[in-house]
Amino acid sequence: MTYTAWIILTAALVGLSCGVIGVFLILRKTAMMADAISHTVLLGIVIAYIVTREVSGTAMLIGGILAGVFTAFLVQWLHSLRVQHDAAMGIVFTTLFAIGVILIATSVGNAHLDVQHALMGEITFIPFHMITLPFIGAIPEATALLLLVLAVILFFIIAFYKEWKITSFDPALAASLGIPVILMHYLFMGLVSVTTVASFDAVGAIMVVAMLITPAASAYLWTDKLSFMLVLSGSFGVVSAVTGYYIAAWIDTSISGSMAFATGLVFMISFIFSPKHGLIAKRVRPAETM
Amino acid sequence: MLSILLNSNTGWVLLSTMTLGIAAGTIGCMAYWKRQNLMSDALSHAALPGVVIAFLLIGEKNLLILIIGAAISALIGAFLIQWITTASRISEDSAMGMVLAIFYGFGIMLLTIANRSAGGNQSGLDGFIYGQAAAMVRTDVITMLVLALIVVFIVFIGFKEWKLYLFDGQFAKGIGLSLKGMNTLYTAVLVTTIVIGIQAVGVILMAAMLIIPAVSARYWTQSFKIMILLSAIFGGLAGAAGTLISALGSGLPTGPFIVVVGAGFFVVSLIFGKEKGILIHYLQFKLHQRNQQSNTQTLKQEG
Repeated sequence: MTYTAWIILTAALVGLSCGVIGVFLILRKTAMMADAISHTVLLGIVIAYIVTREVSGTAMLIGGILAGVFTAFLVQWLHSLRVQHDAAMGIVFTTLFAIGVILIATSVGNAHLDVQHALMGEITFIPFHMITLPFIGAIPEATALLLLVLAVILFFIIAFYKEWKITSFDPALAASLGIPVILMHYLFMGLVSVTTVASFDAVGAIMVVAMLITPAASAYLWTDKLSFMLVLSGSFGVVSAVTGYYIAAWIDTSISGSMAFATGLVFMISFIFSPKHGLIAKRVRPAETM
Repeated sequence: MLSILLNSNTGWVLLSTMTLGIAAGTIGCMAYWKRQNLMSDALSHAALPGVVIAFLLIGEKNLLILIIGAAISALIGAFLIQWITTASRISEDSAMGMVLAIFYGFGIMLLTIANRSAGGNQSGLDGFIYGQAAAMVRTDVITMLVLALIVVFIVFIGFKEWKLYLFDGQFAKGIGLSLKGMNTLYTAVLVTTIVIGIQAVGVILMAAMLIIPAVSARYWTQSFKIMILLSAIFGGLAGAAGTLISALGSGLPTGPFIVVVGAGFFVVSLIFGKEKGILIHYLQFKLHQRNQQSNTQTLKQEG
């Protein structure tokens, strides 16, 4: 495959995985948790690097997952000590992120990890790190990781589809049915962390939040059906990723920034034209929406 | 340590981060009671495109102009969050997350263009992302000081009105206070505090300056006035200490150190705080338990 094709494929995979997992972020009303996790994943990656002294996919994945779940745990713990939920989030992620930046600046400041890269992503470098897999052949490491993560996400979503649905829409009912709500919460936070780590190389810590939240929020304006929302959000993610790539190529700028910008365009279109919840629909038939 | 202080530029920078900490600590208390802690995070990220556009327009790094750009962009972000939340079924935190990430992404697009086209001046712009107080010059410091003092002054002179606005909106309305006007003023001081802090602390960590001192102060008092005072002190100390630590090494970012010092205050408050701190809570619980035990024992003896 050509250099450009790999980049577009990787971007599309980021859009797809983030779009699918983001649906539950919106439905569970924990969208800002994605912001918190995406920041603290940096600390996980830095610590993984300090421990193993190499930039390896597996170590980073584990570090990132641990950091993400740890964040969710800390926020929950502070909240149980009666700190306002969003304040707890704000304290935890800024502090852990700050520690991450300090560690980078003091002990690992070299070409492999730098803050700029972590914040903006560098999708153009991805095709330079190829690995060879059986059956598939040569594939960029980040792309392979994304494929793996996508498979894991889809597995968990399909395997526990009913449980996700109930815990997201009605946690009280879920608890009364004997579904382990707390466990599902941490499993979900784990999945968000995995997705974030895998997307990190491509889009960086902050733009991944756009990829996670915006396609799902846009899809939420089009449909009330969970299965359809998942498909729609995944497609919006892919469309934004590919559009973002071409915008970046057109005006020669940051690909990850353009991808985030493109999700904004998708949301804007949904916000205006959605048949049920769009601005125009509301203006045309205000009586029905009342 | 002393030689760092005597280095005149560091002294100025120290003064400005301390004042910034005081202003942010003050405004943070209001955000805390409005339950809008993460709003500051969204708005500070949303300021990035404004900074870069202002830079592209004037072609040089003039802090005041960049601050104005940042403020306009953050206000547009605030307006969009409000609009999306009221006009659709998207919840407020989703709207904040979207505005935060999309504005930031747009800012990075523009920053890449600015870095490519504008020549040697751009290195200072990158500092805006995660804060580089050491890069500030005398005029930057004065701009920051003046704006921070204005913010603190506005809170100070309208203290009674702010209190009513935050805690008893209905009553405030009853005595003829315009809630809409107060809301606008609140957003204005919030955005001002955020944008003047970006240069020193960076867009990503600016939220911590508003959230952490306020929450820490909450552990020590029930009075709003004392909470604001304490929060301002925590903020000021964190700002000063963080700046000093980052001045010890070359090229160390300031923002992260300020945040970590602030987090230290938070942990101490969380454990030892007079109001609902963990230790007090535990002691009260033990005392309660012992009282109950002795009560049941007396009952047994009597029975």
